[in-house]
Amino acid sequence: MAKNLMKGCEAIAEAAIQAGCRYFFGYPITPQNDIPEYMSARMPKIGGCFLQAESEVAAINMVYGAAGAGARVMTSSSSPGISLKMEGISYIAGAELPCVIVNMMRGGPGLGSIQASQGDYFQTTKGGGHGDYHMIAYAPASVQEAIDLMQTAFDVADKYRTPVMVLADGIIGQMMEPVEIKENTGNAPKKDWATTGWKKGERARAVVNSLYIEVEDLEEMTERLQARYRQIEKDETLVECYNTDGAEFILCAYGTVARICKTAIAQLQKQGVKAGLVRPITVWPFPAKAVHDAMCAPGVKMALCVEISAGQMIEDVRLAVNGEREIAFLGHAGSRVPTAEEIAEKVLAMRGA
Amino acid sequence: MAVVFKKTEALTDTVMHYCPGCGHGIVHRLVAEVIEEMGLQEKTVGVAPVGCAVFAYRYFNVDIQEAAHGRAPAVATGAKRVLGPDSLVFTYQGDGDLASIGTAEIVQAAHRGEKISVIFINNAIYGMTGGQMAPTTLLGQKTTTSPYGRDKELCGSPIRMSELLATIEGSAYIERTAVNSTANIIKTKKAIQKAFGAQVNRKGFSLVEVLSTCPTNWGKSPVESMDWLEEAMLPYYPLGVYKEV
Amino acid sequence: MLEQNLFAGFGGQGVLLMGQLLAYAGMLEGKYVSWLPAYGPEMRGGTANCSVNISDEPIGSPVVSKATAVVAMNRPSLDKFESAVQPGGMLFINSSIIDRKAQREDIRAYYVPCNEIAEELGNGKVANMVMLGAYLEKTRCVDMEGVLDALLHKLGEKKANLIPVNREALKRGAGAVG
Repeated sequence: MAKNLMKGCEAIAEAAIQAGCRYFFGYPITPQNDIPEYMSARMPKIGGCFLQAESEVAAINMVYGAAGAGARVMTSSSSPGISLKMEGISYIAGAELPCVIVNMMRGGPGLGSIQASQGDYFQTTKGGGHGDYHMIAYAPASVQEAIDLMQTAFDVADKYRTPVMVLADGIIGQMMEPVEIKENTGNAPKKDWATTGWKKGERARAVVNSLYIEVEDLEEMTERLQARYRQIEKDETLVECYNTDGAEFILCAYGTVARICKTAIAQLQKQGVKAGLVRPITVWPFPAKAVHDAMCAPGVKMALCVEISAGQMIEDVRLAVNGEREIAFLGHAGSRVPTAEEIAEKVLAMRGA
Repeated sequence: MAVVFKKTEALTDTVMHYCPGCGHGIVHRLVAEVIEEMGLQEKTVGVAPVGCAVFAYRYFNVDIQEAAHGRAPAVATGAKRVLGPDSLVFTYQGDGDLASIGTAEIVQAAHRGEKISVIFINNAIYGMTGGQMAPTTLLGQKTTTSPYGRDKELCGSPIRMSELLATIEGSAYIERTAVNSTANIIKTKKAIQKAFGAQVNRKGFSLVEVLSTCPTNWGKSPVESMDWLEEAMLPYYPLGVYKEV
Repeated sequence: MLEQNLFAGFGGQGVLLMGQLLAYAGMLEGKYVSWLPAYGPEMRGGTANCSVNISDEPIGSPVVSKATAVVAMNRPSLDKFESAVQPGGMLFINSSIIDRKAQREDIRAYYVPCNEIAEELGNGKVANMVMLGAYLEKTRCVDMEGVLDALLHKLGEKKANLIPVNREALKRGAGAVG
């Protein structure tokens, strides 16, 4: 298939359609408007449904209803809108419904900025909504990877009956790169738990619900979820190790920042400094073992975590190395993206210190 | 022996948790009977609220989804869009759920002309949480959060949802009924039939507001509650059809 | 080869399109490319700019902070981005509307009267293509015909009649610095 030059947001939308998604509920917010706009043009032509909800709150609850009725469904938003969706995401996790949520992160807190940010890491990986749940979160570093992970996201959501987030930033959404979108093999499993209208004798009556008023019942449900999360940690963790063999510096970053680190690594190479990168592709489950092994390998002298935040993922990195190594940090709260030169200078300064 | 009464198939055999004299049981039964009589049991998906009717998913013998507080119309929208025009999708909501936290969802579902039906129980109080003030609580009515009686200066006058929703272009059938007398119960059933009919005939959004009783939180006996509904609620919330297209 | 470009100008001068055409042409030649616009309120009536990388290797940072070439279509863009040119890099200045010279001496500056040339061609809108022609002449990073293929893709067959004037604009731009 010939490559096409596509904007990240549009590529993500088309990838969802190719993955069999036919329902999209959303609300406008910068910088992800190209996704609903694209969906509004495409869905009516393929027998799908695009609906602009009255709010992000309504949109995520429409996702709940459509997922409960057995459909492949998604929504997208950006940070302040994702905050509004958190109630619904908790309910979706509790009701064990599959869906995909795209977050094109922008600067916060509050209204923040509309520029790229990674300030929603805590919200994404540490809950965000209430209760004991997790959400698988994929962090693409290129438009092609965003496409591929969108398709994985739908399959994994169905496999585990869980909400899945694609956690990107404004840069991934606005950037154009050459891409190829493959049609998904569409391995959506049969959903005999979905509310599609009940014919007695065919299956049990379907009840989509997250209320377990008896303590024992709730515990049974959360233990079921926790067992599923352990399985997800074991089978679905994704990570890239780049140039780590024999490196004396290990950088850790995800998404757009990881690409910038690669440019910094190339600059350092020219100056005779060997640096490598460990890049979580799933931020939950966090690839703790790969991060530990890369940072604590013999020969590694220093480790640096780089983020467009005041330092959020670094907490998971520190847990992963568990005191075996000191982790330095380079980042900017808000939306200022670290430059490759800045990262290289930081490494050189650490080396000189 | 001849069968003289049979409970509708569209209700489960689960014993309901409602208090003596509460109207929910009556309305559940009416809704279930209409579903069965219209032959729609296999095509129905219900959406239960947060409030006293939170366990509605245990009682209605159809596929059903439990929604977050106030979000039932949005959940119903998602389900209806997937299941299509041949399905019957209804929400069952109380006055806190629909007229307070869920006003955006109910107004916008009507505004879209969403082909869903809403059963709205207005008993002028929060039941499940223990008798707090609702947006539909009457002026002067004492609740656990309006211990001196609802004060207009402090929190406004009670909201009339049927009148409000009837002004919206997308609503096809809006009626207010009550369950305080046999005659009104029969009228309520007819209203539910009309509302479901408006959905099945793809006319638009439909809603039946049912004035109901809450003896426990009103601090009245079941019989006194029926009287209070008639004397205090009916003058402020007139019964009737507010929209029919 | 790694060309890291910044295209900047007023909104409406076609700077985002210049970048997209370049990226598209690079893709047609099998190169790695990325195009990233600065987005947000500053684009409404203000300045617009985009980062375009073209490389033989996978692209790291899509954000160009140190550019091998900067194209400045107006004065504010020159003021903002002159310092972003790498030592030895190139700076293309639209001399039709920019009233100053480059201040740095460690870079190569080219002055292209884009608007005058476009007016001579009878279509003021092709000023951006004049500048792109000059850029291609000096960087040689993609083939000019690839850019025209990209433009045809962008315009659609119905507007194929606009291709000749754009080809001419690219050539005149190349001639202006050749």
